[in-house]
Amino acid sequence: MFGHFDLSVIVDALPYLFAEGMVFTLTLTALAASGGIVLGTGLALLRLSGVPGLTHAAKFYVELMRALPLVLVIFWFYFLVPYLGAWAIGSATPIQVGAFASALVTFTLFEAAYFSEIVRAGIQSIPKGQSAAARALGMSYAQTMRLVVLPQAFRNMLPLLLTQTIVLFQDTSLVYVLSLTDFLGAASKVAQRDGRLVEMYLFAALVYFAVCFAASLLVRRLQARTAIVR
Amino acid sequence: MTSAPMTSDPGTSAPQPAAAGGPMIAIEAVSKWYGEVRVLSGCSTAVTRGEVVVVCGPSGSGKSTLLKCVNALEPFQEGQITVDGTRVRDRATNLPRLRARVGMVFQHFELFPHLSVIDNLTLAPRKVLGRSREAAVRRGLDLLARVGLSAHAQKHPGQLSGGQQQRVAIARALAMDPVVMLFDEPTSALDPEMVGEVLDVMVELARDGMTMMVVTHEMGFARKVADRVVFMDRGEIVEDVPKDTFFDRPRSERAQQFLSKILAH
Repeated sequence: MFGHFDLSVIVDALPYLFAEGMVFTLTLTALAASGGIVLGTGLALLRLSGVPGLTHAAKFYVELMRALPLVLVIFWFYFLVPYLGAWAIGSATPIQVGAFASALVTFTLFEAAYFSEIVRAGIQSIPKGQSAAARALGMSYAQTMRLVVLPQAFRNMLPLLLTQTIVLFQDTSLVYVLSLTDFLGAASKVAQRDGRLVEMYLFAALVYFAVCFAASLLVRRLQARTAIVR
Repeated sequence: MTSAPMTSDPGTSAPQPAAAGGPMIAIEAVSKWYGEVRVLSGCSTAVTRGEVVVVCGPSGSGKSTLLKCVNALEPFQEGQITVDGTRVRDRATNLPRLRARVGMVFQHFELFPHLSVIDNLTLAPRKVLGRSREAAVRRGLDLLARVGLSAHAQKHPGQLSGGQQQRVAIARALAMDPVVMLFDEPTSALDPEMVGEVLDVMVELARDGMTMMVVTHEMGFARKVADRVVFMDRGEIVEDVPKDTFFDRPRSERAQQFLSKILAH
């Protein structure tokens, strides 16, 4: 089958693959990662708050999300969110939630569980004396976190956050179950249309590898640059 | 442990807002437990304005814990501590505001490693006291000059020696213009050759009239600048006497033993 390998199939499909597919994939990755890190940081702070109710609620959420397959959560949200939304605003008919919005919400909520564990470990890696010093200078809990603990914690966990984002980048291909066209979905459509499965799936794999490999090189460089001299 | 409070009964002494000349720190019958373990037993003492009190004792005697109770970094279950008229163990007390007026220097410096030296000195004055960046930097540079580190303002803590870091930490505490300074074994984590430079800064601070409560094993420092020595053992204040009395005629056997060990070499 490699005898018929036709590069022109790939070249012809490039504009569509990148302008449509890759832009979608990167947009979803960037938005879900940002939202996930913000929400994950909130969850980590709740979990470390020492207030039993908040700690347990955050822990339950994280454990639940990490116990479910991502595809299931994607489906679940896609079919459930319209009804939840309707219930929330008191509407009789399910509200309209686009597939993209649904996917974004799903990935954000799902990734937040993973990010929160990274953030929690990052916060715990900062010596207790640092927050004691900040509080001794009169800082509030919020200031201690924002000005002293989190800036150091994020430096420590940057490699892990980016590594998790690379995983997210790959996982976004699951949006095909909602008939959304991400990079893999675009490649798949071309493959079906032109009957060129080998070329398109090989090329898609190559692109995923290139992007992830480049990203992990970046992680290593950042790691060296942001390390704090203690 | 079956020890009773050593000094006056706190129930009868009404909380006194410290007027000028009153005690800067009043510690009254303070007891603290970690679960079942009693780590402080009815500790009472006071530090008056301008006074330098050295707290010493064997390790595990509770001296650092008592010091951390003064600015409520450690909670305590019984008794009361009053700092410049503010009760520490009181729900109505704004603890951040109290701590902003009490400088503290830690055994392990605890400079913020992600910030430059000058940013370490200006962070709290700007964010807690609301000073402008210019005013905070001006004051920070003054203090760096005072501890002899003007050349290092833009460096990060990791680039400094232990002694230099501790001097920065003292300057950082002073940048808040505290009414009292607490020192928690400020030289214990230092290489021996760096102890002197830190003690020199502290001696100068004492001579400038700063009220200081110092947990330390440096008996030379105590002899030089302390007004009183508080000796603790097993969570109790065993002696609370003028410096000369402590060194020349310690009353308790425990203090005599401690002194003979620490001054033997």
